[in-house]
Amino acid sequence: MKFSEVNKPVKRVDAYEKVTGKAKFGADLFFPNMLYGKALHSKYPHAQIIKINTEKALTYPGVKAIITAEDIPNNKFGVIIQNQQVLAQEEVLYIGDGIAVVAAETKEAASEAIKLIEVEYKELPGIFDPEEAAKKDAPLIHSELEDNQVVHHRVRKGDVEKAFTQAEVILEREYTTQFVEHSYIEPEAIIAVPYEHNSLVTIYGSIQNPFSCRNAVANVLKVPLNKVRIIQNHMGGSFGGKDEVISSMAARAAVLALKTNQPVKMVNTREESILESYKRHPYKMKYKVGATKEGKLVAMEIKCIADSGAYACQTPFVTWRSVVQATGPYELPSVKTDTYGYYTNNIYTGAMRGYGSPQIVFAQESLMDELADELKMTPLELRLKNIYHNNSITASGQKLDNHQVSLEEVIAKAVKASNYIEKYIEYNKSQLGDKKRGIGMAVSFRGCSLGAEATDAAGAIVAIQRDGSILISSGLAENGEGLKTVFSQIAAEELGVDIKRINYMEVDTSVSPESGATVASRSTLLGGNAVKNAAQQIKRTITEMIADKFKVKSGDLVLRNENIYNKNNNQKIMSFDDAVDLANKLGVFLSAYGWYKAPDISWDEETGQGRPYFTYVYGCQIAEVEVDTATGQIEVLKMVAAHDVGRAINPVTLKGQIYGGIMMALGYGIMEEVEIASGYIKNTNFDEYLIPTIKDMPEIIPIIVENPDPHGPYGAKSIGEPTLELGAPAIANAVAQATGRRIRHLPLNLERVLLGHSLSKGGTKNDIL
Amino acid sequence: MTKLIIELTINGKKKKVETTPSTRLLDLIRDDLHLTGTKEGCGKGECGACTVIMNGELVASCLVLAPQADGAVITTIEGVGDDKGLDPVQEAFIESGAIQCGFCTPGMILAAKKMLEENLHPTEEEIKRGISGNLCRCTGYQKIFDAIRLAADRLSSRDGGRGEEDA
Ligand code: FES
Ligand code: FES
Repeated sequence: MKFSEVNKPVKRVDAYEKVTGKAKFGADLFFPNMLYGKALHSKYPHAQIIKINTEKALTYPGVKAIITAEDIPNNKFGVIIQNQQVLAQEEVLYIGDGIAVVAAETKEAASEAIKLIEVEYKELPGIFDPEEAAKKDAPLIHSELEDNQVVHHRVRKGDVEKAFTQAEVILEREYTTQFVEHSYIEPEAIIAVPYEHNSLVTIYGSIQNPFSCRNAVANVLKVPLNKVRIIQNHMGGSFGGKDEVISSMAARAAVLALKTNQPVKMVNTREESILESYKRHPYKMKYKVGATKEGKLVAMEIKCIADSGAYACQTPFVTWRSVVQATGPYELPSVKTDTYGYYTNNIYTGAMRGYGSPQIVFAQESLMDELADELKMTPLELRLKNIYHNNSITASGQKLDNHQVSLEEVIAKAVKASNYIEKYIEYNKSQLGDKKRGIGMAVSFRGCSLGAEATDAAGAIVAIQRDGSILISSGLAENGEGLKTVFSQIAAEELGVDIKRINYMEVDTSVSPESGATVASRSTLLGGNAVKNAAQQIKRTITEMIADKFKVKSGDLVLRNENIYNKNNNQKIMSFDDAVDLANKLGVFLSAYGWYKAPDISWDEETGQGRPYFTYVYGCQIAEVEVDTATGQIEVLKMVAAHDVGRAINPVTLKGQIYGGIMMALGYGIMEEVEIASGYIKNTNFDEYLIPTIKDMPEIIPIIVENPDPHGPYGAKSIGEPTLELGAPAIANAVAQATGRRIRHLPLNLERVLLGHSLSKGGTKNDIL
Repeated sequence: MTKLIIELTINGKKKKVETTPSTRLLDLIRDDLHLTGTKEGCGKGECGACTVIMNGELVASCLVLAPQADGAVITTIEGVGDDKGLDPVQEAFIESGAIQCGFCTPGMILAAKKMLEENLHPTEEEIKRGISGNLCRCTGYQKIFDAIRLAADRLSSRDGGRGEEDA
């Protein structure tokens, strides 16, 4: 198939404003009469609030208002379970809980005033370990609930007990992962403007999901949705992170704006951001796998426990993705998986790029390598014996028969590009000196879009203006990944026009169609289909109008190269501009509302059987590392990443997603950890919470594999998240080969690697391998 | 609070600003001069989002106090390129697809520009060192690296073709 606008490296539509500093992010907006808001956070991870005295603070010069939980019309919100406090009412449940918010004429006054707020606490013992929280007699984090369980998901397939009795090799392993900070470089920013235009309150800022933010604010204020207007600005990164934390900030600012009748701006410092924003869930994962001597998997039993922290946030959905994908892309006749989420007094956890997959992929891919060792096979052989193919049945009983299952292809391409086979043999030989090399792989399958997590639909408006310029508006927000460009390309492709005609509007919840969230790497698939649908409707209107006038069949007309042609004789009938003029004259309406609803899916919560996702993507990454066994230093030398994306609408933005995902995975694998001790967060800025810099960048080889999917626009699926879930296990497997010691906890930091060194002295490496 | 007036030349224009001894240069640039292309990511000198060129040096404007900038000559992202067009570094960033969310971009461009002003033929290591103080969470750095390489090649060929040597 030939395309004119899609499948091409088109420049980003927002690049000019971003290189010149003109692009406005949340914190860059100023309104007349604007006040600055600042929140006072808790002193303890768990405490009763006895008394709050704001009198002194109120007298500080420039202070206009102070709110506490008492001033919030409805203090609880949440996308799935409404139990997150806008401001702590009777108890603080984690260290980042807000107690009061000040609005003042200057930032300085707001900062000074919060120091003058007196809070009397009664410190309470906290629970900081989800396994403690799971115990029968554990104190309740949310007193209105019966226990501390947020959720429990199951998958049941076959008879696991019986299957294990038939297994010739059984391995049981435990893996754990850490709290991780999104580390978007732009800290959260919100401005609430009261009574602007016809809205009660208009909110601007770095908002990942304008519609969930609107829901939260309207709910908190107890007003109808059409009174709250959210306008998204440029976002300085999000990665799943600017959702609930932003909703809470927006709700606070909205209450203050209405109280003072002045715009209120709130911008977090990095410290505040790390202290109050939710993190990626740490998991404890117990895996038991049974196989035949020949390496055919027969059974897997999995138990994963996620720390949800103080609130439910997105734990129910995050752990659901984990339960669906926990076995990895391997054929297994018998599976028993349980995933749980528990409340604790740690910082709460929510959506972060990967959404419940980076944890389980780390476990399952480490396990496959351990099993390969046990069976004296190479990791590659073991995987090839067990991976999904077309028509394989997943752990959820879903037959993969509606798209190309391309695992073998992505593995083959990654293996070739990395020289895996030769290097694996080479690095298995004993290596002289302290510096040892290793190579490791990881593979995955990933359900596209939301799956049975929620109703999955998206809308878009395409509107042709009088002069032929085009506006697109969709409810899906640009988070920096290049979505505006991709959607513009799709509309241009359908209408046969140059992309320069198109302007993509910022999301405005009072105008744009509600489209759910920019999560789960669903935007290209869902939003892209909605844009395509709208553009197709307009195309139909145009061709029918011309057919009528020129007495040709509308089906014979094609839109291409800025013109309309008769496809039978390739004759140009008129230009696109003339068609727009004609429509203006005839009073033909050239706008359309496009809608796309994802194909049906199903899920049985008791057994975990059904069709959890309507399609999947497949990927394989291979890491090559060098470990200095004297210092514990890990250097990632090379990453090869092969991903089946369905169709690459824009190869440039796509490769950008792969590079970015790999570096974030590298941080996850070897550097990053939010250190939490008894609920207190120790590293709250980038001097202590280290993320990769350009010096950590390995050679990265992205390989884009295209097997167009019947459901995606032009066959496109998703890429944002799959790129992130494979890096850490691939690196862990490479480190294990290099050092001869398996580390089952992320991150693989210096101490863990060094400990491995001291224990493996004396050549254990060759014994193990 | 004590007020004071400082004078500085910012993007070629002389400005007098009333400020306080404890105001950070970053806030002066953003809040008083409304040059919001300079960003705040950490306030601690760790991320490079607030990078500006002051008296010929790259500085983290979050670590500079306003009085220290009295009399200084400062370039922010708004001063890069002109009415006639973009700076070659900006062009290279666009062409290489080096921009995702764009929050780190102003700081990256200034750091890259400064580096190329001093060295038109940077090695791989030198490019990496040149922007090692700037964090980017989106791009994985690869395309930023490519953009700087491209800008260096173009600038050095304009400079008499000497860029071929290590291209
Ligand atoms: S804000 Fe100045 S270095 Fe980060
Ligand atoms: S492009 Fe987002 S931080 Fe660099």
